[in-house]
Amino acid sequence: MSRIRIATTVNGEPVEFLGGGSQSLLDALRDELGLTGSKEGCGTGDCGACSVMVDGRLVCSCLMLAPEAEGRRIETIEGMAENGELHPLQTSFLDEAALQCGFCTPGLLIAAKALLDRNPDPTETEVRYWLAGNVCRCTGYDKVVRAVMSAAATMRQAPKATEAVT
Amino acid sequence: MSDGDDAPARELKVVGQRPVRPDGADKVTGRAMFGADFRLPGMLAGRVKRSPHPHARIVSIDTTAAAALPGVKAIVTGADFDLAAAGKIEAGESATDVKSVSINCMAHEKALYQGHAVAAVAATSAEIADEALDLIEVTYEVLPHVIDVEDAMKDGAPLLYPDMITTGESPAPTEPSNIASKMVAGCGDVKGAMERADIVVEGRYRTAAVHQGYIEPHACVASWGADGQAVVWASTQGQFLVRALTAKICNMPLSDLKVIPSEIGGGFGGKTTVYLEPVALTLSRKCGRPVKLVMSREEVFIASGPTSGSVIDVKLGAMKDGTIIAAEATLAYQAGAFPGSPVNLGCMTAFACYDIENVGLVGYDVVSNRPKVAAYRAPGAPMAAFAVESAIDELALKLNMDPIDLRLKNAVREGAKAVYGATLKSIGFVETLEAVKAHPNYTTPPAPGVTRGVAAGFWFNIGGESSASVHVDEDGGVTVVSANPDIGGSRASMVMMAAEVIGVPVEHVRGIVADTASIGFSSTTGGSRVTFATGMAVVQAAERIVEDLKLRAAKTWDCDVSQVDWKEGRALCLDPSKDVQPLDLRSIAGKSARTGGPIGAEVSLNAQGAAPGFGVHVCDLKVDPETGQTTIVKYTAAQDVGRAIHPSYVEGQLQGGAAQGVGWALNEEYVYGPNGTLENASFLDYRMPVASDLPMIDTILVESRPNPRHPFGVKGVGEVPIVPPLAAVANAISRITNKRMTSLPLSPMKVLDALSGD
Repeated sequence: MSRIRIATTVNGEPVEFLGGGSQSLLDALRDELGLTGSKEGCGTGDCGACSVMVDGRLVCSCLMLAPEAEGRRIETIEGMAENGELHPLQTSFLDEAALQCGFCTPGLLIAAKALLDRNPDPTETEVRYWLAGNVCRCTGYDKVVRAVMSAAATMRQAPKATEAVT
Repeated sequence: MSDGDDAPARELKVVGQRPVRPDGADKVTGRAMFGADFRLPGMLAGRVKRSPHPHARIVSIDTTAAAALPGVKAIVTGADFDLAAAGKIEAGESATDVKSVSINCMAHEKALYQGHAVAAVAATSAEIADEALDLIEVTYEVLPHVIDVEDAMKDGAPLLYPDMITTGESPAPTEPSNIASKMVAGCGDVKGAMERADIVVEGRYRTAAVHQGYIEPHACVASWGADGQAVVWASTQGQFLVRALTAKICNMPLSDLKVIPSEIGGGFGGKTTVYLEPVALTLSRKCGRPVKLVMSREEVFIASGPTSGSVIDVKLGAMKDGTIIAAEATLAYQAGAFPGSPVNLGCMTAFACYDIENVGLVGYDVVSNRPKVAAYRAPGAPMAAFAVESAIDELALKLNMDPIDLRLKNAVREGAKAVYGATLKSIGFVETLEAVKAHPNYTTPPAPGVTRGVAAGFWFNIGGESSASVHVDEDGGVTVVSANPDIGGSRASMVMMAAEVIGVPVEHVRGIVADTASIGFSSTTGGSRVTFATGMAVVQAAERIVEDLKLRAAKTWDCDVSQVDWKEGRALCLDPSKDVQPLDLRSIAGKSARTGGPIGAEVSLNAQGAAPGFGVHVCDLKVDPETGQTTIVKYTAAQDVGRAIHPSYVEGQLQGGAAQGVGWALNEEYVYGPNGTLENASFLDYRMPVASDLPMIDTILVESRPNPRHPFGVKGVGEVPIVPPLAAVANAISRITNKRMTSLPLSPMKVLDALSGD
């Protein structure tokens, strides 16, 4: 595999790594940068376990080639808590028991945050359709949807506290 | 073991609360390490070459070109696995045929299904390993294949094993077939009772093979040491089972292999065997470097266990008042390429909800050119329940009876004898039916255009071998070590039970899942056993700690231990002659060196007295008459749970099981083409329910029958909830189509056909 130097920003920090060929952004994050919080459940963009934000857009990192990260702003689950403080979505997932095995959880959290960044007051139906790209086999989604709605309510009540993370 | 009946009622402070799970923060921040997240210095990437044919003789495998590729460090084929070393082992609750597990990991002589491993490579990069796979030349002689269970049972069907004679048939057949075994069970005089019955319903039901669908693919890292001692890191439901199978397949002593479980990204029974670990370890043994193997999603579908598709004939005979006097069923289950479908469990559970005098059951375990089935949540039960609960619904319609009332009329009650011999104790099926009947979701009629389906389900629940240790840190913190991978929040229930017994805040208790060298043997996470059996070990270890703490307090106060009480995490002196302050855990722990040394206890036990569980589900749905698309509008799952340690995670089991069952009922299916290859080996084409497919799933936790054999009344809860949904969904759709829906999945096409009367 011919490898090239790729410079990008991950969770606010500039990083460089060698990558390329058929390597996906997901593989680069996991293998080159050691950020294993993003998971591979399918490798075909169907399960959402590898969800990350790229320049503010929600993408499946398994579908993006590593060199395409050049000059972009990548956000992963590892950057969601700030200075060791959990994001309201993370707190809400724990309070609502919205995870069982926890494997799809990073992707669900990234996707849910992308939703709340755009729509701070989603209906249950909006939450369900937004998260339809994130497959969870354990929970039946009930507690996941409740957790997202509850985090949204918390964030609406305390806009200042969440300013830093939006 | 005490029955617990005479134990004083505890005032519970922790059990029944909903604290944040101890591993929660790691799992919402990406810090938790799952199977594929682990790496070692010098680690190689492994890849497995798989048969493109469903059935073929392996004429030759030429690895010369692959071995010559720079970066390739090891190649293995079937020749590297000594089948003579394999045999049967006792590993946990059941004996496992290691030889077939070994052949399933790596083919010998024949490829028995598309995706069967025929060779594997370890190389310095995944790209080189992939290139090497292409350079391995396998010459096949393609053989006729058979996929479906009914075809496989026919005379003249292609045989997977030319020497396989059906066991359990009397007299033994003289000719080989694909029927590995036949089982027969029953009681009474079914034929006579059927003739006596006022009404008889019968039907043939079919279910498709479905996959457990855990989101984390199988993954492991294996490292062989120069001294012959090896370590395997694996995503598994049972590290001791991985050790037993891998050591046997690799022909090494158990003590030379340590298996470290990673966090596990779902299993549902599918991670209770090995596929990759013996292959990775054999590769590592050949080259002396650590090897990682991770399945792709396609490999998960084609080469790891789905559960059986089935064909079930069921017949019920009842009197006009609804009393079922006779029941019979013939079940044929796909085993995949090796014998061992859960048809026996299908037979045992089929009529277990009902007290029926005359029962006849026949089961067939049938091999075909599909991946070997693996356990899937209540293995064997959902298919049988689909057939039986559909037939009961038909009976309710014909008798014009409420479906709950019909079930109440026939429900098993305390002390009933199951067809498989057990006497059912501490059961709450009647209470669960009554709870549903009184619930607003049932007393409120379905909205216009919506129909309602009801179904029940049973699962044995098991106990078994578990080990746990509890130790107290010098500052009074508590650690609970057990050996059951936490697949859905079990750490939370372990630390809660320990906190309850010792009387400390749950936040002071850590929960650790240990490797095979760090704790005594424990059976696999499965059978809904962990909170019951491992929980019992944790409680007993915590109780020993409390006894020890009381002794230490007595020593400190120079009084008799009978004069020491332990309450809310403190020792209290009952001796009025002593003027002493209570001693809390922290102060006793801080001075443990003066009172006998470190404070710890380990308990290993074989837990008996797991009480069976019953579920009753109610599904309200509507069907689009133009497309045949089904929409679930309301879903209610009720269950006899004993006592919920952490109610949120118990509710989660009910909700998750219901969702999997809805997928089984509506969408999920292994689809094979005429060439015997799987046509939908991806999450796009094998469609599991997503958030927009489901409504909220309401739960009713029935806690009126706690299990007296567990210190806190626990019954297993994980498996029951996948048993009722198949029929709950189908029964609701049947009430729209006015036609009994007998074949899963109920895809839009099938529903449309039924609506149009085809």
